[in-house]
Amino acid sequence: MQQRETPPPAQAGQARPEGFVRFADVQKTFDGETLVVRDLDLDIRQGEFLTMLGPSGSGKTTTLMMLAGFEVPTRGDISLQGKSIKDLPPHKRDIGVVFQNYALFPHMTVEENVGFPLLARRRPKAEIAMRAAAALEMVRLGGFGKRRPQELSGGQQQRVALARALVFEPKLVLMDEPLGALDKQLREHMQLEIKHLHARLGITIVYVTHDQDEALTMSDRIAVFSNGRIQQLATPRQLYEEPANVFVAGFIGENNQLAGTVVAAEAGGCRIRTSDGSEVGATAVDPLAAGQGVLLSIRPESVAVGLRATGRQNRVSARLLELIYHGDHVRLRTALGGSQDFMIKVPRSEIDGVPSVGETVTVGWDRRDCRAFLAG
Amino acid sequence: MAENDGAGRRSVDDGYGQDLKRELRQAERQEKRRAIGLLLPALLLVAITFLAPIGLYLYRAIDNAIMPELMPQTTAALAAWDGAGLPPDAAYDALLADLAAGKETQALGRLARRLNYSRTGFRELVLGTGRNLAAVEARPAREALVEIDPRWGQNEWWATIKQESGAITPFYLLASLDLERAPTGEIERVAPEQALYVLLFIRTFWISACVTALCFLLGYPTAYALSLLPARITNLLMILVMIPFWTSILVRTMAWAIMLQESGPVNGALLWAGIIAEPLPLMFNRAGVLIAMTHVLLPFFILPLYSVMKAIPAAQTRAASSLGAHPLLVFCKVYFPQTVPGVAAGALLVFILALGYYITPAIVGGQDDQMVSYFIALFTNQTINWGQAAALGAWLLIATFVLFALYSRLVGLGKMRLA
Repeated sequence: MQQRETPPPAQAGQARPEGFVRFADVQKTFDGETLVVRDLDLDIRQGEFLTMLGPSGSGKTTTLMMLAGFEVPTRGDISLQGKSIKDLPPHKRDIGVVFQNYALFPHMTVEENVGFPLLARRRPKAEIAMRAAAALEMVRLGGFGKRRPQELSGGQQQRVALARALVFEPKLVLMDEPLGALDKQLREHMQLEIKHLHARLGITIVYVTHDQDEALTMSDRIAVFSNGRIQQLATPRQLYEEPANVFVAGFIGENNQLAGTVVAAEAGGCRIRTSDGSEVGATAVDPLAAGQGVLLSIRPESVAVGLRATGRQNRVSARLLELIYHGDHVRLRTALGGSQDFMIKVPRSEIDGVPSVGETVTVGWDRRDCRAFLAG
Repeated sequence: MAENDGAGRRSVDDGYGQDLKRELRQAERQEKRRAIGLLLPALLLVAITFLAPIGLYLYRAIDNAIMPELMPQTTAALAAWDGAGLPPDAAYDALLADLAAGKETQALGRLARRLNYSRTGFRELVLGTGRNLAAVEARPAREALVEIDPRWGQNEWWATIKQESGAITPFYLLASLDLERAPTGEIERVAPEQALYVLLFIRTFWISACVTALCFLLGYPTAYALSLLPARITNLLMILVMIPFWTSILVRTMAWAIMLQESGPVNGALLWAGIIAEPLPLMFNRAGVLIAMTHVLLPFFILPLYSVMKAIPAAQTRAASSLGAHPLLVFCKVYFPQTVPGVAAGALLVFILALGYYITPAIVGGQDDQMVSYFIALFTNQTINWGQAAALGAWLLIATFVLFALYSRLVGLGKMRLA
């Protein structure tokens, strides 16, 4: 298993059949008053790794459970490969599901757990044993078949759950925060492992998480959920570099937000006056007109400090309030543009240009790294 | 782990090992002392109020001290007799002396009753002989006694006295299983028309098994529903389950007697609904006993099962159906096996409690629905045959223990959850 093949690069450019899974105008309410999922339209492509990312209560898990068949949409339709599955009971959907707490059957051995989907499909005993063993081998748990799930570590239990959801070769596998119970190191390891399995088996995976790092590292596309709606559906890179709205900008990665007013709107860009009076150029995300209030969003790592700020399109002076050491980088908390906690991230290699606390220094960033959203 | 072992070994080499062990023992000793101190009052209470009385009671099943006490000379004289033919003259002398003494202390009635248990007719024999003791005068004891009652000249009566002359006797325990000792000492069955207890035990176990099965049929869906419903509704339903639990058993049973009688509400409702044409006999028969006992014992089944079901995550059944299992398969292969510990605990509780049921069958049952406890009460309160009562109790207890052992072998006590 050492010489595992590396996954092919994300085939973003390649055309894939659209609408392998399709949510059409789906709505869900539990109490008849508040909508947990609203106006959901979503196409999931065959073979892609799509992550639903969002804070708890954003509707991502409910969406997944509707797809699995455990929740019924109150409006709209869900189809798989062109056929509506809205009225199909879960056991007829042929969708593998991995649950947050694994949901392994404690009264069965690992082998029986993994063989269960095949037993349910009335496969002959010999075939069940063979395929269960192969599935366990695939998750590197060969030889663990006779044990009970309780005797395994969290990571091993997770792999059993994975093997069980894959053993019947479903075209679609759903994962509901499957790594939530693992510690950080194991999580990162399992993230890679799941990603490799995805690449190797060519299955479609819909993955739910509230961990943005997990979403960014694993996914082909990410759907950011908030308030029952998809805020943005994009590749990890687009999501990080071109967030579509204030929520996404704030939720994905770290962002400094500055309040300001539009001085002038130009094609694709704009001039903004921040609350302390300095004027900066920004990329307009929403259509803007002069006089409108906006929120500027700038990532801490796109800001250059001191001499390195020379040549940046926006240059302002900032007073250094605090310096926080992080090992591979240093964080500067500065007063800038009316904000008292404007964070700047400086890599360890550029630490020499950093002034001491209390000093004022020129910082700068480029227009494309500064995105202006209509305040609202 | 390997590191720990290494460190431990090193500390022994350093000479700290012995000290460490001693300190550990000391620390643990304190812990142990505290635990024992906390348990002691409860253990003493159990020993004094439960184990000791039960032990004393069970001893009555074999206690035969009455014979050496009331027939000290006869039992001594018969010790040397081989049981064949008639006993030697000394035994007749001894019997005469014992009867005379018994008449004086007015203990003859007790002796007559005790011997009559072992052999019907002894009451009359002993009491009649006692009344005619004056006629003996100065004649030899053998001649006089045989003249008073010719039965004193027959081997079997003497053989019974000899058999029952020890301070302990298997008589009651044997009688409780419809067995007796022949004069030759062999154990044999009593005459079919006298047989009673084996059937009684079978009936007791059968009724208990039926009640357990009914509790399972009614309790399993109830516990399942309770485990699924939201907490607010569950609490309300739980109170409904618990109310019979909190009501006096006599009150509950009397209520059933009222409900089930021929002109009672149950028959009334069935008649009114046109389901039956004439009242069903529900009282003084098996149906009444099963209905009332099931009702009384149902909470004991539901509570342990509920706590087990509550602990099964919903994701389990969801996972199973997402893996392609039909709901029936999900239940059989995934859900039910995980509830077995609760079913086992509930069934065991109900069955064992049902074995000892007395009031309910006594009130709503007929003559053929009485269980072992009814006869225990009868022997204790009315015929004052405590030996027989204790023997029945002993067998019931032994049977319960055997079942319990079998059960723990089959289900595994470790798996069982009582709450």
